[in-house]
Amino acid sequence: MPRRIPLSPQAQAVLSAMPSRRNVLRGSLAAGAFAVAGGALAACGTKGTNGNATGAQSEGPRCTTQDLSATERKVLFSNWPEYIDEDEKNAEIRPTLVAFKAKTGIDVEYTADINDNNDFYGKIRQQLAACQTINRDIVVFTDWMAATFIRNGFAQKFSPDKVATFAKNLAPSLRGRQFDPNTEYAAPWQSGLTGIGVNTGVTKEVRTVDELLTRPDLKGKVTFLTEMHDTMGFMLLSIGKDPGNFTAADFDAALEKLKGGVSSGQIRRFTGNDYVQDLAKGDIAACIAWSGDVIQLGFDNPKIKLITPDEGMMLWSDNMLIPVTATHASNAQALIDYYYDPKVAAELAAYVNYVCPVAGAQEAMKDIDPELAENPLIFPDAAMQAKTKIFMPLTEAQEKEYQGKFQAAIGA
Amino acid sequence: MAALLPTASAGGAVSAEVPVEPPAGMRRRRWIPYALLAPGMLWLAVFFVYPVVQLFMASLWNPAGSIETGYVFDWSWSNYADAWEMFHVQFLRSLWYALITTVICLALGYPLAYAIAIKGGRWKNLMLVGVIAPFFTSYLVRTYSWKAILSDSGPVVDFLKWAHLLGPDGRLLATEFAVIAGLVYNFLPFMVLPLYASLDKLDVRLLEAARDLYHGPVRSFLRVTLPLSLPGVVAGTLLTFIPSAGDYVNANLLGGPNTQMIGSVIQSRFLVVNDYPIASALSVMLMVTILVLVTVYVSTAGTDEVV
Repeated sequence: MPRRIPLSPQAQAVLSAMPSRRNVLRGSLAAGAFAVAGGALAACGTKGTNGNATGAQSEGPRCTTQDLSATERKVLFSNWPEYIDEDEKNAEIRPTLVAFKAKTGIDVEYTADINDNNDFYGKIRQQLAACQTINRDIVVFTDWMAATFIRNGFAQKFSPDKVATFAKNLAPSLRGRQFDPNTEYAAPWQSGLTGIGVNTGVTKEVRTVDELLTRPDLKGKVTFLTEMHDTMGFMLLSIGKDPGNFTAADFDAALEKLKGGVSSGQIRRFTGNDYVQDLAKGDIAACIAWSGDVIQLGFDNPKIKLITPDEGMMLWSDNMLIPVTATHASNAQALIDYYYDPKVAAELAAYVNYVCPVAGAQEAMKDIDPELAENPLIFPDAAMQAKTKIFMPLTEAQEKEYQGKFQAAIGA
Repeated sequence: MAALLPTASAGGAVSAEVPVEPPAGMRRRRWIPYALLAPGMLWLAVFFVYPVVQLFMASLWNPAGSIETGYVFDWSWSNYADAWEMFHVQFLRSLWYALITTVICLALGYPLAYAIAIKGGRWKNLMLVGVIAPFFTSYLVRTYSWKAILSDSGPVVDFLKWAHLLGPDGRLLATEFAVIAGLVYNFLPFMVLPLYASLDKLDVRLLEAARDLYHGPVRSFLRVTLPLSLPGVVAGTLLTFIPSAGDYVNANLLGGPNTQMIGSVIQSRFLVVNDYPIASALSVMLMVTILVLVTVYVSTAGTDEVV
């Protein structure tokens, strides 16, 4: 099975300092708040990026972009780090992309330069608003940021005839999501579950969010995520509300509960995916965690497990989107369609261990690794699916209000 | 500016009584200082003055706006009150941590710089390299390594538990101690280098003279060494205090939710919440506060008067 070779602790410490898939050390890697803000402010002035001041689904900028796909056989793909299959000997060789080139003749220029939804969106927003090229044909954003991207009119629609495999094989649970009701802008690259990661070498099993917040033996040994949608999704579940449909009052009630955990010292820290090292070392006993991370930790230490809390789990996706100014839209759609071939999807899932959004990939996985094919954290079964919730899409104003409150509650 | 202009040149002996045209060579050279200044000034204007003005303007935008709908500039001074109301805890905490960091850095850095400068001998350069070498790795990686050092199962915690200085459930990570330790470690070289620079210039014969005049070691330190090294102390404390007050990496990596500093708040307001007015107001407040503190400090600790 194509798995990463275990590293020495020193090498791992160095790697962990580098941005990894969901590193939420936003600013420290982004040249600092001042630099970023300076650029944003200078260009932003007081004019909004959204021509449509209501903030509703807008038509966005009417950019006319020529599709050069027929003459330039390439596609520029920006993704998150450690999010694609890599050859064991040479990380620059990505087997599924090599096979794509062989099949279609299209060259994929792949860059793993997305470390953070906000950072990356901030970087490309101005150019897209001005209809300028961002030199990318596919970008990958998490649901809530994909919603913003689409709302601002920055995404190109797929042509149904070019993404037939995608239309056929997209998992039913990911069709018609609220931010993309006709499934015509966003194609999930990978999905993931947010659950409770536990190091059973340090503590006994944890079943509920309430235990995380109250059990005396876990005091100061629990971390939550800085990602609001994940942490607050859990808090909403724990007060019996649906993260897919909640009110401002529900949010406030859930936040109060979280604040209790902060002030009592029960919650040690809020983290990006640097919880991975802490959980492995045993500095923390339990945490809110992303499925792919915990599965990979489990390979090295079987005592580390992802638990489905009684309240349920959060399901999110990272979505491939074609920016309006992309000049290789047809090639991009060919690539998207390619990854919805169950065999290719299984190959990818076997490497990254996130939830596979492609129907039929489970069958294909049986040939690669039967054990992974049975793993409900990669291929959620019906029981698992019934327990997952998707965070509801927020308007810009809600996003700002909720993020503001949440960030203040976690100390920042 | 006048002082920068060339007053003497090949034809500099022009007498004052005869207001003749300056020789052509001198006139041509008059613009040279300005030309030399221009790149720096332009750099400052574009990359400092303009962003600061923008930042200040943004701090007065109406907070009801957003990136998508646009912001209206309407002198919303209330942003400052709101920012203070929401984040004075982190604001004061940052200044407090920065102060402690500076004091500890001075206490650790002074003897170190003294030893290198005065007693270093032929090891001087090697010792200086020792101070600077950690800078060859990234700030972030060095801070991560502190996570390993202070980790719950690490040697420091084990030792402290063994010595009963920490309770059985005690920990260092995600506490004030870890944040300040990280700050001290990361900013210590900024203290040591200016101190070294001024102590290295110290004429040891002055110390001999002080001894000849019946000053003991303590008095000769207080009356000779310390005053002469004061420029280094002032420079070092400024170089330590200013960046540590605005730092957020240490608080983010080594601290917990109750030890966050104002840098983290500004960072998350700008990049996560997208609340530009409040974030800008906080930035301006931090800048002005540090400017005022530094001005007061430099004028009272002015190296000329303190002897």
